[in-house]
Amino acid sequence: MAMSKETKKVLFGPILDNNPIALQILGICSALAITTKLETALVMSLALTSVTAFSNLFISLIRNQIPSSVRIIIQMTIIASLVIVVDQILKAYSYEISKQLSVFVGLIITNCIVMGRAEAYAMKNPPMMSFLDGIGNGLGYSFILVIIGTIKELFGFGTILGFEILPLVQNGGWYQGNGLLILPFSSFFLIAGMIWFIRTIRPQQVEPKE
Amino acid sequence: MSAKKETLGKTVGIVVAVCLVCSIVVSGAAVGLRSLQQTNAALDKQSNILAAAGLLADAKGDIAGTYEARIEERFVNLETGDYVENPQDYQTYDMYKAAKDPATSTKVENSNVGFQRKPNVASVYLVENEANEVTRIIIPVHGSGLWDLMYGFLAIDADGNTVRELVYYQQKETPGLGGEVQNPDWMAKWDGKKLYRDGEVVIEVKKNASPDNPYSVDALSGATLTSNGVQNTLDFWLGEQGFGPFLSKQPWKS
Repeated sequence: MAMSKETKKVLFGPILDNNPIALQILGICSALAITTKLETALVMSLALTSVTAFSNLFISLIRNQIPSSVRIIIQMTIIASLVIVVDQILKAYSYEISKQLSVFVGLIITNCIVMGRAEAYAMKNPPMMSFLDGIGNGLGYSFILVIIGTIKELFGFGTILGFEILPLVQNGGWYQGNGLLILPFSSFFLIAGMIWFIRTIRPQQVEPKE
Repeated sequence: MSAKKETLGKTVGIVVAVCLVCSIVVSGAAVGLRSLQQTNAALDKQSNILAAAGLLADAKGDIAGTYEARIEERFVNLETGDYVENPQDYQTYDMYKAAKDPATSTKVENSNVGFQRKPNVASVYLVENEANEVTRIIIPVHGSGLWDLMYGFLAIDADGNTVRELVYYQQKETPGLGGEVQNPDWMAKWDGKKLYRDGEVVIEVKKNASPDNPYSVDALSGATLTSNGVQNTLDFWLGEQGFGPFLSKQPWKS
């Protein structure tokens, strides 16, 4: 099956051209908090991608039935149910990580990316495309999270996914871990750096001067 | 968006249908996955106890096996300090559940530890070496921090006085401030501290405590209320209403 241009744009556009974190500046809160280790970043990405994809799919399926006066409430109900299911699955199969992610899995409900895609895309487009749009935006979110998680874990703890890359001084190595990168707010600098980088290679994203 | 789907009946119908489907999905997931989650929670508790026992690194992933071999759970009557039989016979005894039942708990008097009732019988965990000698006693402690109750294990040497570990495993304190009760650097400060002097609880969490003073531990910076919570927790559980009688009788030696 050859991918049509439209499908490609929906699926891969959000990674660089229309990144939900870097261009739309959505979902920053969780991106700050859970990127200290690459593993948690990966699980969070997976959780958010699946929630966005399936909420888009279900909302798009019933989009013609949803009365517009209560559409936000119905979207929230669907999203919240999906998030609870994801949370339960994490607790059952990956308890350690679900403890580290703690409230942030629950907070996917309020993640602007999920709501934003449901309202802006799934309400107007057919189910299959909406599903792909959800995956695409999840990928865009994951792209930023994985890069930040990698940088923070590598330079903060000297490891990648728990494997030692730069041996720390505490463990008899030579690398002095960067304490700033262990703290959540260092993601601000890293996300800002990525926004700058993306806008340098995609100058059309730069907002006009007011 | 045509106007005809805005009738009241249809709106209510759709909302009820969506809610019904969603609630079936959510409760299905919760019920279907419960047993796996409980296994995980039990394993998690065992690994916290092993952490307090200082055996987690040796366990090398075999949590259940190491726990089975080295840890013995006993039950203590808090009033007398003596061992008693498992109040639940052969079932798992949950002291936090027992604390909620008026029949198996007593009211907490004169304490700002943060909860109203304490169980009559508490679990303790004895760490044994290969020769079956008790090397550490692990007592469960909990008390109010800044936001919510904090649950932890306090590991004490067989002399009933020297702290080895204070492991908090469940707390909702502010990350980076009160949440630092789980910071390994701060936890390491407890190693070797003394709890009692002449039968009085003297361990103190205070600012700028000298690391050489065996009776005080440096408070968490920026988290006075959490530090006070730790202090209140220890005061209560080491005192007369808590494990005080047990720790002075030392029934594990006989």
